[in-house]
Amino acid sequence: MSSILVFVESAEGQIKKTSLEAVAYAKGMGGDVTTIAFGTEVSDSELQGLGNYGASKVLHVKDDRYNKGVIQAYASVIADAMNKEGADVLVLANSSLGNPVSARVAVKVDASLVSNVTELPDTSAGFKVKRSIYTGKAFANVELTKDKKILAIKKNAAEVKEVGGTATVEAFAGSAADSDFSTNITKTEKATGEILLPEAELVVSGGRGLKGPENWGMIEELAKVLGAATGCSKPVSDMDWRPHHEHVGQTGVKVSPQLYIAVGISGAIQHLAGVNSSKNIVVINKDPEAPFFKAADYGIVGDAFEVIPKLTEAIKAAK
Amino acid sequence: MKILVCITHVPDTTSRIAFTDGDKKFDANGVQFIIGPYDDYALARAVELKEQSGGSITVLNVGGAETEPTLRKALAIGADDAIRINAEPTDSLFVASEIAHVAKDAGYDLILMGRESIDFNGGMVHGMVGEILGIPSISPVMTLDIDGDTAKMAREIEGGKEMLEVKMPLVAGCQEPIAEWKIPNMRGIMSARTKPLNVVEPSQNQSGTTLDKFELPPAKGAVKMVDADNVAELVNLLKNDAKVI
Repeated sequence: MSSILVFVESAEGQIKKTSLEAVAYAKGMGGDVTTIAFGTEVSDSELQGLGNYGASKVLHVKDDRYNKGVIQAYASVIADAMNKEGADVLVLANSSLGNPVSARVAVKVDASLVSNVTELPDTSAGFKVKRSIYTGKAFANVELTKDKKILAIKKNAAEVKEVGGTATVEAFAGSAADSDFSTNITKTEKATGEILLPEAELVVSGGRGLKGPENWGMIEELAKVLGAATGCSKPVSDMDWRPHHEHVGQTGVKVSPQLYIAVGISGAIQHLAGVNSSKNIVVINKDPEAPFFKAADYGIVGDAFEVIPKLTEAIKAAK
Repeated sequence: MKILVCITHVPDTTSRIAFTDGDKKFDANGVQFIIGPYDDYALARAVELKEQSGGSITVLNVGGAETEPTLRKALAIGADDAIRINAEPTDSLFVASEIAHVAKDAGYDLILMGRESIDFNGGMVHGMVGEILGIPSISPVMTLDIDGDTAKMAREIEGGKEMLEVKMPLVAGCQEPIAEWKIPNMRGIMSARTKPLNVVEPSQNQSGTTLDKFELPPAKGAVKMVDADNVAELVNLLKNDAKVI
């Protein structure tokens, strides 16, 4: 099997769960897994820990110029690493940084590139993968025809498994030219300590049925008890009841949690497009005809203002 | 300022998705096609930037003759002229290399498009165009303002955003809330009929993938309804049946 390089991302010094999935995916393909990580905020011990998920080696670009995700600079260094390591395959998690970076890498190294990959490749004849299309409403099976391949994997494409072991960490020189740093990132605004919606395993989402932003306390309370992220429907973010980054749907965040609880959301097709990769969907709506019930696994017809506080208490009691 | 806006011609977001020809072709029967919603944001922002500081907007699509009404709609919204690259797009690389070929040496200050198409959701074309042309590519872009020769943007990151500045020319993959979608007015619709729409033959024929077949997800099982007075039952199901809490 060919040599595989995995681009891993970290946040606040921790390897992201989605990147661990990318490592697990690469391990699942067989062969040796080398990873590449950027910046000085992630510790050697955190990187060595990638061995526990299947990586044998970590290339660490330990250079503070890479602490911010400058797309062109990351692309240049990853392309350089693929060439130096003789890697035929690059695996990474779909993300706001990974996708634009991988597009540039694909051109640099002349690779076939597929994003939103949902399963391990089928290499019985050629190199085929399954990818999500039409915002989760269908799949396409595509063949990658170039010698080099890049796979940007969708959340839950691989299960993170602890396999034991430690990865060796090697310094890797960031070779990006000054011109690759022409994009100046002046400020980063990021919610810290919160569970991030795109990566959350549990999500509680509210819609217009909640009647106003002042009623979000009970959504946040339920989310807190569950350890869930909070989301909302498009009308709610359009009316500024909730911030834009909580908007779940066709043109907002697409979530793939284990559990999605929708409160007071009717289930317009554009909203469903953002949640159709969820493993389990609970719909709570006072309208028994709400279309969301057709896409749900569990449903309660009832007034959110009565059901949600009771549900929060029941979950507290069950924990 | 010279702006190129690349748009996709995609099924309306409410469309039922189905396939024909042994699951090798999208079934367009009865489907309404629209400008990709993310591309529509990019176009709306381009129109605003032109209103502020002048210049021109060219709108481009890679597709067959059936996509021309979508290009005409973009002209009605405010683009000055249109280019249709006459080819059935096969993948991101195909589209990106054709766009880059048209844009090369054409002197665009900004090349805008949606963060992704809503049919294939690749999200790769802007980055590939940027790399082929050797200029910065930024995505997903939430705000875009121009100050002299510099573009100031907010890029969405997981759980927040980063503010960044880069000199033009550049490629940006756009998303809300960069601008409000614009609805063409009657004057726009009338003038769109006579604006130039140039058809260009493809010249690059690059691709990195071939389609094997499409498939639909398995049908969803029936919903289990729980009485509103018995939320403990829901908790029990989530804990012991779904095993998610």
